[in-house]
Amino acid sequence: MATTAPIETLGGFRGHDLPSRDVIRSCVHCGLCLPSCPTYVMTRRERSSPRGRIWLMKEVSEGKLDLLDPLFEEEMYLCLNCRACEAVCPSGVKYGEIVEASRAQIEQARQPAPKVRLLRKLVFHFLFTDMRRFRAASAALRLYQRSPLPRLLERSGLLTRLGLAEAHKLMPTVSARFVVPSGETMPAQGTWRGRVGLFTGCIMSTAYADIHQATIRVLTRNGYEVTLINGQGCCGALHVHAGDPNAGRALARKNIDAFDNPHLDAIIVNAAGCGAALKEYGHLLKDDPAYAERAAAFASRVQDVTEFLAAQGLSAEPGPLPITVTYQEPCHLAHAQRITRQPRHLLKAIPELRLVEMPESSLCCGSAGIYNLMRPEMASALLARKLDNALSTGAGVIVSANPGCMLQLTAGLRARGDSRPVLHLVEVLDRAYAAAEAHARSVGADAQ
Amino acid sequence: MDRATLRERLEAVVGAGGVVADPSELVVYEYDASDEAIAGRHRPDFVVLPETTEQVAAVVRLAREYGLPVTPRGAGTGLAGGAIAARGGIMVVLTRMNRILEINERDRYAIVEPGVINLELSTATLPRGYFFAPDPSSQRACTIGGNVANNSGGPHCLKYGVTSNHIMGLEVVLPSGEVVWTGGPVPESPGVDLTGVLVGSEGTLGIVTKVMVRLTRNPEAVSVLLAPFPTIETASNAVSAIVAAGVLPAALEMMDRLSIQAVEAAFHAGYPTDAGAVLLVEIDGLAEAVAESADAITDICRQHDATEVRVAASAEEREALWFARKAAFGAMGRLTPNYYLQDATVPRTQLPPTLQFVEELSREYRLRIANVFHAGDGNLHPLILFDRYEKGAIERVLRAGTDLLTYCVERGGTVSGEHGIGLEKKDYLTLIFTPDDLAAMAGLKRSFDPLAYFNPDKVFPTSFSCGELAAVKAAGVPVSGGLGLEDVI
Repeated sequence: MATTAPIETLGGFRGHDLPSRDVIRSCVHCGLCLPSCPTYVMTRRERSSPRGRIWLMKEVSEGKLDLLDPLFEEEMYLCLNCRACEAVCPSGVKYGEIVEASRAQIEQARQPAPKVRLLRKLVFHFLFTDMRRFRAASAALRLYQRSPLPRLLERSGLLTRLGLAEAHKLMPTVSARFVVPSGETMPAQGTWRGRVGLFTGCIMSTAYADIHQATIRVLTRNGYEVTLINGQGCCGALHVHAGDPNAGRALARKNIDAFDNPHLDAIIVNAAGCGAALKEYGHLLKDDPAYAERAAAFASRVQDVTEFLAAQGLSAEPGPLPITVTYQEPCHLAHAQRITRQPRHLLKAIPELRLVEMPESSLCCGSAGIYNLMRPEMASALLARKLDNALSTGAGVIVSANPGCMLQLTAGLRARGDSRPVLHLVEVLDRAYAAAEAHARSVGADAQ
Repeated sequence: MDRATLRERLEAVVGAGGVVADPSELVVYEYDASDEAIAGRHRPDFVVLPETTEQVAAVVRLAREYGLPVTPRGAGTGLAGGAIAARGGIMVVLTRMNRILEINERDRYAIVEPGVINLELSTATLPRGYFFAPDPSSQRACTIGGNVANNSGGPHCLKYGVTSNHIMGLEVVLPSGEVVWTGGPVPESPGVDLTGVLVGSEGTLGIVTKVMVRLTRNPEAVSVLLAPFPTIETASNAVSAIVAAGVLPAALEMMDRLSIQAVEAAFHAGYPTDAGAVLLVEIDGLAEAVAESADAITDICRQHDATEVRVAASAEEREALWFARKAAFGAMGRLTPNYYLQDATVPRTQLPPTLQFVEELSREYRLRIANVFHAGDGNLHPLILFDRYEKGAIERVLRAGTDLLTYCVERGGTVSGEHGIGLEKKDYLTLIFTPDDLAAMAGLKRSFDPLAYFNPDKVFPTSFSCGELAAVKAAGVPVSGGLGLEDVI
């Protein structure tokens, strides 16, 4: 006989993905999170602070505030989910978890406009769930970018009228060659140190395929065999952050199945946002009996490329790069994964490279997934602050480790007429290895 | 009174973005960092976020005109309910007045707005060779205005003194709506020391809108020692011995096992979780003197059964130890949903028996109590852990708190070292002050605020302030009564 599970409720929250009452109660409202929160720093208003938002969640959970109160909805989405508060919280409040659950609750409760529903279906359920479609769309985008159309459109003012100007500016330039994982393995160079799988993701494998190539070169150069596991896809972070955890779960199961390979020492990821999401698969699938354990096992094998390289040590000596760089911390690396020392350690391993720390390196740049498209005003205020801080160092290159941040920073610099490059940390390492090779060649040539 | 009109008039002063009137939003101003089960929840009728002194003064004049209470607030990190609008009315949140207006190295002062975050000030002055000495544990979030209001302390106040020792002058909006300056850049000002009166007055006498703070020269050398002890008694004996030896560390802190476990779970800073208690000692000054004092303190700790004495090897390690120590209160959230924090102070020689008494209380009332405190000052911070949903818990907690404070006062101590009195501790003042003492304070309050509308229900004991209000009423002066949302919506 089939039974229906009773609908769970917590005050005004109901149905699946309830925010945990215990997590909400673990906030003792000490307020130490306030200065770490980008939206509080910009507004100095309690509602836009982590403590204020948790209090609002508490009000909903006690049935005192309506789940669909405009203020609640506004604050749950004004939050960048950068999780800086989580990293400094003495009480260990799992803020990301409850803000994502609150968003899922809002999405369940409200009926979005048909247009929004269609767009969501198209993007979240059609495009991001199948990498063949995603690559086809990316290829089309590349064709478009290489045609005269973008400039014509920009000049026509049509984009502004359609409200698409911001999105258009932020569009990544799609790489010429995509990374299509099909089970191939790139051999290690020098002494074999192990075998790793590269998580190729969605945007990283198309728009940022060059970073994947650089990652593969750096890893193989350091003695690691790199496998591009077949059947993997998008990590689902965008879905979970937008209040659609079920779509995220479907993608997570797919990735867990794809990586069900015991012969990998680690699953390497080079996008901080994806890395944070992959490491949280255990929580995402905790109520799925078939996957809960496998998800936790999968998550424990995931490592950010900077985390992995710093822990294993560089076996190959990087060549000199006489440049001055500053490092912008991706939120989902620094806060969600607490990886802050390792990237700096790797940069300092490059001879002649000078690292100048910017003020507020760990304050969000405003990118935050698709936040910059949804909340352009707050996003651009944060971007301006970030760029002022970065440029105050006099660095010639801004280094980061996440595609979202890189897009945001690049767009911001170009808008200021600044042509400074924004590089992923592995690209810097890759260049240092290229410098080492060039040096070795010239020494060889001299010897002949 | 017409709520819509008042809202419009407030908006005319600070702009629409500076007024909070939506009840859904006002709830986030019902609390500060004290426990809501003890301090209670109180909702202001309006919150305003002014950006200039003139705006503050204009808001105060409006509140006066409408007979509404005024409650000033900074970051809301206070631990005694001082920034809660006990009678509703207008809450003046000063977080947007956050500019450092002047840093004058030669005369060693800075002028800041009240919403500047304590640590941000030191971060700005450190590269120039100076720092702002008061360092409450909440320093990365709390505001200078809040420090002034509560006469805040902090670990380094052992050597450097509390906030009042570092305030040279204040710009204040008085309850009359007038703006005055007290003190100034010279060490001594003639006349009545109004700066001294205002520091620690918890927003009951005025709203500080500019603060002239003393800057202290960075020490040449700093050393941090970490000494674990088998028991809290052995650690407190070591504290007494250090003080008796005439060594003056910059900070001398103690944490017991519960506290160590909480902060280690939070930050993995390197505190030994198997110790009964640890001492965290910072010594600063000239390099040679620091080395000498460090040796002396190390010897004393060893003589008192320290299992080891570790010197923090790098600036990073020092920072990690301090970061964790300063987050100890918040870290209690890992052990308990609620805690009641006491701030009693005893003469240092009374530390061992007092800590023993805390243990007895813990047993008697069946309550876990964590200790993390400024041992060098004898400033205890017992955190009584509880769950507000457990039947009878709050009563037991309050009784334990009262027993403890009574004990401390009997031993020559006092009821609050640095957190302020606010809502939570006002009734304890009768333990240390006679009715005449309190009447003298009330006289001062009356001369600043005859309408008793600045931060009402704070600091003065409940019984006392009612009597006071009755007396004022009898004298025919209009008294603000708060508004209550139901009256105005």
